[in-house]
Amino acid sequence: MQALKYARAASVDDAIRLLRDGGEAARVLAGGTDLIVQARERRREVHLLVDIKRLAETMVLAYHAPTPPDAPPGFYIYPGLEVGAAVPLYRVYGDPDVQRHYRALVEASHVIGGTAIQGRATLGGNLANASPAADSIPAMMALGGVARVVGAGGTREIPVAEFCTGPGRSALQPTEFIVSLYFPPPASRSGSAWERFIPRNEMDIAVVNAAAYLAFEGDTVSEARLALGAVAPTPLALPDVAAALVGRPLDDAAIDRASAAASAAARPISDMRGTEAQRRRLVGVLVGRVLRKAAARARGEEVPA
Amino acid sequence: MTTTESAPSTEYRVIGTNPVRPDGVDKVTGRAVYGADVRLPGMLYGKVLRSPHAHALVKRVDASKALALPGVHAVLTNADFPEPLEPVMQTVRGPQPTRWDTERILAGRKVLFRGHPVAAVCATDPHVAEDAAALIEVEYEVLQAVATLDDALAPDAPILHDDGLASLVDGLFDPVDGKPSNIARQFTLGFGDLEAGFAQADIVLERQYETAMYHQGYIEPHNATAVWNRDGKVTIWTSTQGAFGIRQNVARVLNLPLGDLRVIPAEIGGGFGAKNVVYLEPIAALLSRKTGRPVQLTMNRTEVLEATGPTSGTRSWIKVGATKEGKLLAADVRLEFEAGAYPGSPVAGGARCALGPYVVPNQRVVGLDVVLNRPKTAAYRAPGAPAGEFPVESILDELAEQLDIDPMELRLRNCTALGMPRSDGAVQGNIGAREVMQAVISHPHYRSETVGADIGRGVAMGFWQNGGGESSAYAMVHADGRVTLVTGSVDIGGQRAALAMQFAEAMGIAYEDINSLVGDTDTIGFTGNTGGSRTTFATGWAVYQAAMDVREQLEQRAARIWECAADEVAYDPSDAALHGPDGKVMTFKEAARRLPGTGGMIQGQADIVSTNVGKVGACFGAHIADVHVDRETGKVTVLRYTAVQDVGKAIHPAYVEGQIQGGAVQGIGMALNEEYVYDSNGRMLNASFLDYRMPVANDLPMIDTVLVEVPNPGHPYGVRGVGEVPIIPPLGAIANAIHDAIGVRVTSLPASPRVILELLDEQAGGA
Repeated sequence: MQALKYARAASVDDAIRLLRDGGEAARVLAGGTDLIVQARERRREVHLLVDIKRLAETMVLAYHAPTPPDAPPGFYIYPGLEVGAAVPLYRVYGDPDVQRHYRALVEASHVIGGTAIQGRATLGGNLANASPAADSIPAMMALGGVARVVGAGGTREIPVAEFCTGPGRSALQPTEFIVSLYFPPPASRSGSAWERFIPRNEMDIAVVNAAAYLAFEGDTVSEARLALGAVAPTPLALPDVAAALVGRPLDDAAIDRASAAASAAARPISDMRGTEAQRRRLVGVLVGRVLRKAAARARGEEVPA
Repeated sequence: MTTTESAPSTEYRVIGTNPVRPDGVDKVTGRAVYGADVRLPGMLYGKVLRSPHAHALVKRVDASKALALPGVHAVLTNADFPEPLEPVMQTVRGPQPTRWDTERILAGRKVLFRGHPVAAVCATDPHVAEDAAALIEVEYEVLQAVATLDDALAPDAPILHDDGLASLVDGLFDPVDGKPSNIARQFTLGFGDLEAGFAQADIVLERQYETAMYHQGYIEPHNATAVWNRDGKVTIWTSTQGAFGIRQNVARVLNLPLGDLRVIPAEIGGGFGAKNVVYLEPIAALLSRKTGRPVQLTMNRTEVLEATGPTSGTRSWIKVGATKEGKLLAADVRLEFEAGAYPGSPVAGGARCALGPYVVPNQRVVGLDVVLNRPKTAAYRAPGAPAGEFPVESILDELAEQLDIDPMELRLRNCTALGMPRSDGAVQGNIGAREVMQAVISHPHYRSETVGADIGRGVAMGFWQNGGGESSAYAMVHADGRVTLVTGSVDIGGQRAALAMQFAEAMGIAYEDINSLVGDTDTIGFTGNTGGSRTTFATGWAVYQAAMDVREQLEQRAARIWECAADEVAYDPSDAALHGPDGKVMTFKEAARRLPGTGGMIQGQADIVSTNVGKVGACFGAHIADVHVDRETGKVTVLRYTAVQDVGKAIHPAYVEGQIQGGAVQGIGMALNEEYVYDSNGRMLNASFLDYRMPVANDLPMIDTVLVEVPNPGHPYGVRGVGEVPIIPPLGAIANAIHDAIGVRVTSLPASPRVILELLDEQAGGA
């Protein structure tokens, strides 16, 4: 490991200044579960760590229900879930509101590393690291997640589905970092699910992972989002496959069509974790499983992870 | 749940109980001193520079930039090693040019695997050492990598060992068709008339199998700390299974007198056979000589996986013939084992054990030891036997299916017994093979039905001959009646407890009154490695003899006190007291208290060679595995698992159970997901525990054990080694269970999800 400096940002503006002064080898430190390992193994040049764990903005974890129709005039709270970029995973999956409304997020964040890692690792870090096989990113995509980003150029919002641009590469500009992640409130009759395939039961990187969000009006799918991991240079949103599900019931034929279409849309490689053919096949299997699970949850059924 | 199957016994007071291990508190509180915890004044930290190529000539090593880095003290290359005084050395796998061992430790002319050390550097801290290693410039002439068995055996294969040194050893790399080859050794075992056997058979099956290269996967990486004093005395602290083996090997490559080299074994975080090999110790010693300061080296996980002791990848071919009643008449087996970069795969172990559980009147087992550009293999728990017995256990399952005979019943019909010959010409002693098979057949797990789709059950046997050898012990009796017991056996599986228990039993004293320690090469007599399932047996013998020595000396002392003849006094362990004439009685505690005033303290000791004191007891096990196969993803889940084993006599049943469970888990790893993944250039692609997929706790059910106790008559308490056999049966048991579940035969392990999907596709295509 090379020698490096550490600075704790006192405010968001302070963090931006530290990153600007530190130049290219300055990196934002949240949980550090990827970054520190990369620095130690010299896979990433790091000269300065800017710790953002002590900022109110990066440690927020709050859910607001949509404003009820009978609320007093002028009463409005922006609805949805806000997860600060430095909130550790154990708080995310342990939160009752997240458990009730964002099951895919619970399922994904529950299996990233072991308990010790989950005490440190964050959704913001998982996204910024931009691994094609990241476990939480497809879940965040399926849930319509948006990254709130700040930097010397100001504040902007980047949909999670557009955040990753290549293996380890993202839309973040120098001095920019993720402050928090926002997820819209789910529709009243909706459900989400996330699954991954690994040869073991834990402590593994996904051969394939998949996430789905489905909302229903009557028996008809009214809204759908699908995303995959570990089958392309970036986590992959499947808007076209999802759109084809909308406006009709989710029967076996629809699920099979979606599985086949997802399988065709995947662009996997063969590596030591799995072959291209194996991954395509697993995409079909996992898409079927997450769609069925999300639909069951939308019906109010208790479906274990 | 552990069940023990033996007659209820009241003959022992300590043996068969489960006391707390003496090293337990230190280990659970983090105070145990492992090799990497050693800190010495002025210590420097070393780093090894390793080859990025699997096969290359080293043209030039330039360390000038590294040496110029502030904080760097020295750089070491192969040229710093002395020319060996003994050109040929003995190894457990036969003689070998000593120079190859020097080359293996730090390459000079040629690198033979990725991760092969080419230089080492030491500096004031590990980070500087790492920076310095990156500054050493090495010029390679890259050669074509011999990446697979097929590559190695091809007629025009590049020859790894082309330095002419092989000619120093008879029978090493004999030319094939007049040309040099990568076959280090080839041998044939067996007896009878194969042709006649097959001619009489009602059924003949012939199959091929493969197993991947697997790593032992010990948690603690290799490490070494060395001090080379100016008076020429050298001390090394290291993580090893045997300090004397390390001393021998280091002394040989450094031309050191044994008496000048002290090796101190630290606490050890797992070895499974691979920590009998020297890697960092001579490097640390030579860097210490160069700098005059202590030097420590520690490997990281990638170094451990790329450059230390995996077991052999193997390919095998087997043909068996049997009567329609399932009686085996003939077996022809050919085992091809990858040795890695230097000769010495465990193919002989595989060949000796392959047919071990069975009587096969006509048999031949051929073994090949083949070198290729992969790390030199090291012993791994029952070396060679898992890959050697997997083909037999698989083909017997198929034979049972075709003959419509219960698979364990088929094995029972062919079960070996006392006096029956083994493939290597040895004869079975007093063994529990039949008892193990019968325990399986009557076990509730085996008698239960498997319920549900894609769920199946498999069984397989395992045989290992176990080891003996040389062990030393001494026991100091203190005036308060406590005893310090020192042996030369490194404790990797609870041996300190198991040895103290045998001493306590022999003396009739409390286990808690014994302080059980591990000595080093200067403080205890020669003792072989903790390996080969030998320690509780052989060092147990030494401990027993040391207790007899204490008893005899106590009898003499009592005779002096009582003023009678020594033969009028007898020590009785049942009341831990000396009995003399006229009903005179003196307890052990009282005798101890009187030692200082009656001629001084006493110390019992023993140095034994097991062949002089008692026969090693061979060991048999049988495993029952239930699995579920997910036809969509190919994932195999182990649902229920029972391991039955003849353990002779379980000294500490909880540790015996732990050995069996640990072995079973490693075997399950071999069966399901562990494997070295290489590219065609000989580069390992999964050199981390993230991608080298050992099973973790939540991948497994609780492994039930059944301890069958058929005492070994060659040991005072009936001990058989128990540690190795349990790694053998899982390969066959899991593969057979997969077949029972989904009807496909896995012939190439591991049965990873990809392999299962491919087999299911073949099944669907063929249907």
